[in-house]
Order: sequence, then structure tokens, then C-alpha cells
Amino acid sequence: MNGKIRTSSMIGGARNFGRRDLLKCAGGFGAFAAVQGILPGSARAASPKSGGHLRVGTGFGSTTDSLDPATTEHGMTININYTYANNLMEVGNDGSLVNELAEQHETEDGKTWYFRLRKGVEFHNGKTLTPDDVVASFEHHIREGSRSAAKGLLSSVESVRRDGKDGVVFELSEPNADFAFLTSDFHLIILPSEDGMIDATGGVGTGAYKLDRFDPGVRAEFSRNPNYWKEGRGHFDSVTIVSLVDVTARQNAVLNGDADVIDRVDPKTVSIMSRAPNLSILEVTGTQHYTFPMRLDSSPFNNLDMRLAMKYAINRQEMLDKILLGHGVLGNDHPIAVANTYHADGLEQRSYDPDLARHHFEKSGHVGPVQLHVSDAAFAGAVDAAQLLSASASAAGIEIEVVREPTDGYWSNVWNKKPWCACYWGGRPTEDWMFSTAYTADTEWNDTAWRDTPAADKFNSIVKQARAELDTGKRQQLYTEAQTLVRDDGGTIVPMFANYIMAASNKLEHDEQVAANWDLDGNKIAERWWFA
Amino acid sequence: MIALSKIVAGRLLLGIVTLLITSMVIFGAMELLPGDFAQAVLGQSATEETVRAFRTELQLDQSVFVRYFDWLANALQGDFGQSFSGRASSGYDRSRAVVDLVAPRMSNTILLAGLTAVISVPLALGLGVAAVLYRGSWFDRALNWAVLGAISFPEFLIAYALILLFASLFPVFPALANVSPDMAWDERLSRMALPAISLTIVIMAHMMRMTRAALNDLMSRPYVETAKLKGLSRWRIVLMHVLPNAWAPIATVIAFNLAYLIVGVVVVEVVFAYPGIGQLMVDAVTSRDIPVVQTCALVFAGTYIVLNLLADVIAIMTNPRLLHPK
Repeated sequence: MNGKIRTSSMIGGARNFGRRDLLKCAGGFGAFAAVQGILPGSARAASPKSGGHLRVGTGFGSTTDSLDPATTEHGMTININYTYANNLMEVGNDGSLVNELAEQHETEDGKTWYFRLRKGVEFHNGKTLTPDDVVASFEHHIREGSRSAAKGLLSSVESVRRDGKDGVVFELSEPNADFAFLTSDFHLIILPSEDGMIDATGGVGTGAYKLDRFDPGVRAEFSRNPNYWKEGRGHFDSVTIVSLVDVTARQNAVLNGDADVIDRVDPKTVSIMSRAPNLSILEVTGTQHYTFPMRLDSSPFNNLDMRLAMKYAINRQEMLDKILLGHGVLGNDHPIAVANTYHADGLEQRSYDPDLARHHFEKSGHVGPVQLHVSDAAFAGAVDAAQLLSASASAAGIEIEVVREPTDGYWSNVWNKKPWCACYWGGRPTEDWMFSTAYTADTEWNDTAWRDTPAADKFNSIVKQARAELDTGKRQQLYTEAQTLVRDDGGTIVPMFANYIMAASNKLEHDEQVAANWDLDGNKIAERWWFA
Repeated sequence: MIALSKIVAGRLLLGIVTLLITSMVIFGAMELLPGDFAQAVLGQSATEETVRAFRTELQLDQSVFVRYFDWLANALQGDFGQSFSGRASSGYDRSRAVVDLVAPRMSNTILLAGLTAVISVPLALGLGVAAVLYRGSWFDRALNWAVLGAISFPEFLIAYALILLFASLFPVFPALANVSPDMAWDERLSRMALPAISLTIVIMAHMMRMTRAALNDLMSRPYVETAKLKGLSRWRIVLMHVLPNAWAPIATVIAFNLAYLIVGVVVVEVVFAYPGIGQLMVDAVTSRDIPVVQTCALVFAGTYIVLNLLADVIAIMTNPRLLHPK
């Protein structure tokens, strides 16, 4: 989860997770349920049928992909991981934390975590799951010299060891109330081990499907695992995930029936797609969001008035309407989504105010234009969004010069380097995870360099306090304060949270709720959906 | 014949020099791109230390000259090295040999190029000849309009139009061409139909118009007049007397278009999700996977060199005067 989303012109990355999800079914899907005359609610979902061949078209994939979970970085590889393997814990389609390979998990102080494994779970090669496999799977990421993208995520893990014949114990260097959540991360799939090392490229797991073929950047083919341990999951006979990076090709594929379901439908064509009689459009609001980070270690953004001027100069509603065409929700200059548990609901929504923007801009003492570096590598429509921002700021007498940067190398040369740029985050399932990825003083991804102000100090201590706090009420209070501090003093502008939009054949059925933590039902579509 | 083989040998030698220069230029160009593979793969999460360690492992810390000559020495022995990708993972090397990456993609591309050539070359030649036979007629004019129209559209538009026509409105062919090696031949061909037709439309105009122009050019020569006065039929004149003399420019333009089928079809590959070599090279450039980029570039350059050579040989064989340049 630690790999920053890296997008190029061909590859769009999305990383997202949500605990409490918001599900929004667009017209197409709602109408479908009505036409089918199926009972509403869970009755519809009660009797999944077995069989059929599922073809998934995904907007991700590159020839450089590998099966090694340490390198998993985008939608296609995440989907592959979740299709052939399981984690200790999983995020259910209602956003709750569910035991997966762990039968039970507990902690007393948030520092020592005990997981008891399910008995009798078999890998595809016939080997029975043991605690040694779990230990080796985690060691794969945390051992000395590991270059795993999940290494940072597990940085507080001091040791992981076997406990008895079916238990695993994690010792953390500091309490973390959300640790069980972390084990659901897509890097942390459990693979079979031998002599303390996992087989990281065999594609052998405990999942609902066996991986038959993997052609990086092209497709992955699976067949049903007849011995799957999970009840009522894994209904298809076989599954193919095809990489269709080109959005038109992807949409054509599902329209023509060459694919049964696709992710990342272009917001611009949603209304046309939803008119196709054979398709349903599914839309989910999760934690994926767009940002404009201003760096506090560079002039002019080391000045609070300057930051506030920019925050008031942006017209969030206009951006949501024109860039996402309404397929998202407004942001409030902090990264915690409505889908998160401790979202600060009471925090006032910041809105466009040219007068206040001018007031703060004049107070900052800055003269001349302010440069904003953007590229569509940050997110689709980033350049247009910057132009909108420039236009709304000019009404306040602020000149914003939009500097267009090349897509290639954007993440190495512009993001985290230029004083002000555009960026995009998939979001994280928990508040602590999100904050400690990009906002606390100790992370390299603190892309606003928000470290040295009194408010930042306070924020850092609150996040630390909340991490160790097990009381829900207190955590809500602490996280609300943290969000307020980011919003009022921090360097980031969060104009909007973007929806996941999928298109699926009407022949497909799924549970009433569709997960909001990733595209394609939490990237577990192969396990959760079925043909009617 | 000895003169011809002498020319061929000379050209092959020149071709090798061209390949060498190409590889140098590519190496240099990759050097100029921002970031390197270590950065591209490890991303922002990487500390300076891990990036440095990874660079050392990939020998990216050495000078560009050392790396180039190392690569060259290996390539001369037929070893194109290991792809960089797959090495970034938790300290284990699970990279694939460049050849294993390139070969299946290359065979896909050659297959598509071959299918397209089988459709487009005879069609272009036939239509070109027909246009000359009926020069100035409505058929000639309509044909010209049609091919000029086809060549004016970008290939993705042609591809999308074909998808709309033959996959959506009248579903005869699948819209996706994601072939796999274990696929039956008939299914494979049906999947490759739309990309092959798109490419045919894209390259046909060029070849057909060149055929027509080359033939037309010769139609005003005295020997054609003589043939006409002898009372030979138009068909006979065009096919037996004019065409053999027009092979040189036609072969050149055919070679050029065939090379394009191998080198320049990435757009069509993307639209139809066809696993060809163009997409592989784009991915490799994006991630700065130099060994793969190098090999792809060499394959591309080699394609041009060999096809051009072939065109020249055909030209010389049909017109022996070219053996003795003035």
C-alpha cells in the first residue's frame, strides 16, 4: 500500500480503501433490479448460482507487472492477488473488517496482536496452511534488504512469529489500534512457504481460483478452486482478467459483450453507456481523492495567509461539476472521506469566496503570479482543473500561472518537488493509515512539507495519541481535531473525492452492497459475483 | 548475379553499421529521459539508500559507455540480457530474459503484419492496375477518393468505426483481439480480423496510389505507344509490358508499408488490446527498462533494413540497369 500511485499516460493507478462505504447505484442498475422483478434487499442476493466464465476488463496492466506481491501496485495486479490468494483479514463488501484466513484476532494493548488461523485450509498445490506460511509471507516484506512497497506500511512491526500450531503473533514498536486492518492490504496475501521463504511467483494461493496463466500486461486466466474453504464464494467456473488500458477499447468491449464487466468508465460517457440495454452502471463513492499540495518549505506557501487565499480561491463545486461531471463528492481540504469511520461530519464545508481570498492574498504580502505545476499524470482532467482554479482565482484578483508538465516523470520531477502541483490519492481504509502516509512529520510522502508550524506539531501528537487509543468516542474526537488542523493550517487543497464507476453486463449478479474500497467490488469481483 | 550478391553483401554490411548507430542513439536517448529504472520502479517510497543499492545491482551507477559496451559485447554473442522488471522485488531476481519477453510479442506482431500483408498487397496491386486500365473513368475517380479519404483519417478513428460497424451494429467479429498462443486458429483469425482490416485500410492507399502513379508514368513512354500501335490489348500492355518496369518503386513502397506494420502499429494494438511488440516497447520506455527498449529498437531497425534491402534486390532484378549506376 505504500507505493505511491504512479500514473503514466497509459497506466492509471487507483488505490483506495473504505471502511464504511457509500453505495450509489446509478439509474441503470436500479432499473435493472426493477425490470427483473426481483425482491429488494438481501433476498435477491440469497441464491448465487454456480458456473460460467467471467471476463473482466481492467484499465490497468503493464508488461512490467509481476506476481510478486511485494511489487503489486495497480488495479490489475491487486485484482489478481485477491482472486488467487487470501489475507489474514479482509474488508467486506459492507466495509467492515472480516476474518479471512484468521479465524480470530485479538490484542490487549494494541502492541501485541494475536491471530488464530483457520484449520484445514489448503493451498492450490495441496499444502496445508500453517503459521509458518503466514510468518514467511510477512517476512517477505519486512526482512532486511526487502524492497517491498509494503515495507513502510509494516515499519512498526518488530517481530512476527509462530505461536503454537495455529497462531501467529505480531509485536509492534508502538500501539496501533488499526493493525488488523493493515493485514488486509493487497501486498500481504498469504503464500505457501518452504524453509521460511515464500514462493512469490508461483501464483499458488488459498484463493477461490487457481491461476492457470499470467501474461503480464495482457491477461490472467483462472479456474475454480474446487477445495475453496470459504462458504458461498467463488461461483464462476473460470475467470479471465484482461488488461484494456485504452478507455474506448474497454468501453467497447463491455458494450459488445467481449467483456462482462469493466472498471474506470469515463464520467463523460456514463450517460451514454447507461442507455445500453444490456448494461448496468455501478457507481461507488470511496476514499479516492484529488489534491493540490502546496509545500510549506518553499515560498510563498510558507505563509498561512497565502495558503488560505488559495483555499478560498478554488471553486470546488464547479470543479466537481465540470471535471468529474458530478461523479464524486466535495472535498473539504483534508484527506478523510465520508467513507471513513471517523470523518468529521460537523466540520464546515469550505466554499469559494473571492473576497476572503483577496483579503488573505493581500495580507500575505505576495505580489505577482503564483505558479501551479500540473499534468494529467496526476489525475485525468488535472490540467483542466488547474485552468478552472486559475479562472476562479482571477476573479479574486489572484493570478495563477498554470505550468504544464510532461506526463512522463511527473512523479519523480514535479510531485513532492515543485512548490505547488496537482496530485491524486487512492485514500486509505483508516484515518491513521492516511495521515501517516502523507501528513505526519516522519513520512517522506509528506508532499506539503507540513512539519514546522505549531498546528503541525499538535497534529502529529494527536495522530500518535489516536493510534494508541482504543476508545471509539475518544478516537472520533481526536480525528476530528486532526482533520480540522489539516484543513485550516495544512498545505493541501482537496477539492473533490472521485467515484469508482463500473459497467457490468445485466447477466451478472452481486450482493446488495458493492465494496467501496476499490474498483470492481473491492477487487474481489471474481469471488463475490455470479451469473444469473 | 555476382554483381547482385556483391551489392547485397555491401548493403548488409551497411545495415549492421546502421544497427550499431541505432543502438547507440537509443542508449543515449534513454539516458536523456528523466529518472531511471530504479526510480521508476521503487517510486517515491524509496529512500536514497535503496535507490542507490538498486542502481548498483542494475549497474546503473556505471558510466553510460561502460554499460553500452557491456551490452554490446553480450548482444554480439546473442545474449540480450535480462529485463530490468522483476528485479525490484524484495531482493530476489525474478526478471525474465529479454528474448522471452520480446519473442512471443514479436511473433504476434509478425502474424498480424503477415495477415494484413496477405490481404492488402494483392488488393492494392490489383486496384492500382485496375485504376490504370480504366484511367479517368468513374471507377478510377471513386477509388482515388476512397483511398484518399481512408488515408486522411487517423488509424484509431478507422479502428473505432470498424468496431462500431462490425462488432456493435453487425456483430461479425469480436471487438477485442486479445489472442493467446493456445487459441484455435479459426478463433485467432476471427479475432485478428478487425485489426488486420484497419491496418489494410491504413496502408492500402499508399501502395495503391504508388502502383497507379508508377504505371501511369510509364504509360506515356514510346514503347507503350509502339505496343499500342501493334494492336495489343490494354490489359496485355499494362500487365506484360508496363508492370515489369514499374516494380522498383512499387516494391519500395510495399517494403516501407510492411515495415510500418511491424514498427508502427501501437495505436491499433492498444485499441484492440492486441498483445504485439509496440505496446511492449511503450511499457519498457515508460519504466526505463533499457534492455527491452534496446532489443525492440534493434528489431525495428533490423526490419527496416532487411525489407529495404529486399525491395532493392527486387528492383535490381527487374531492372538490371540499376546494377551499373551511372
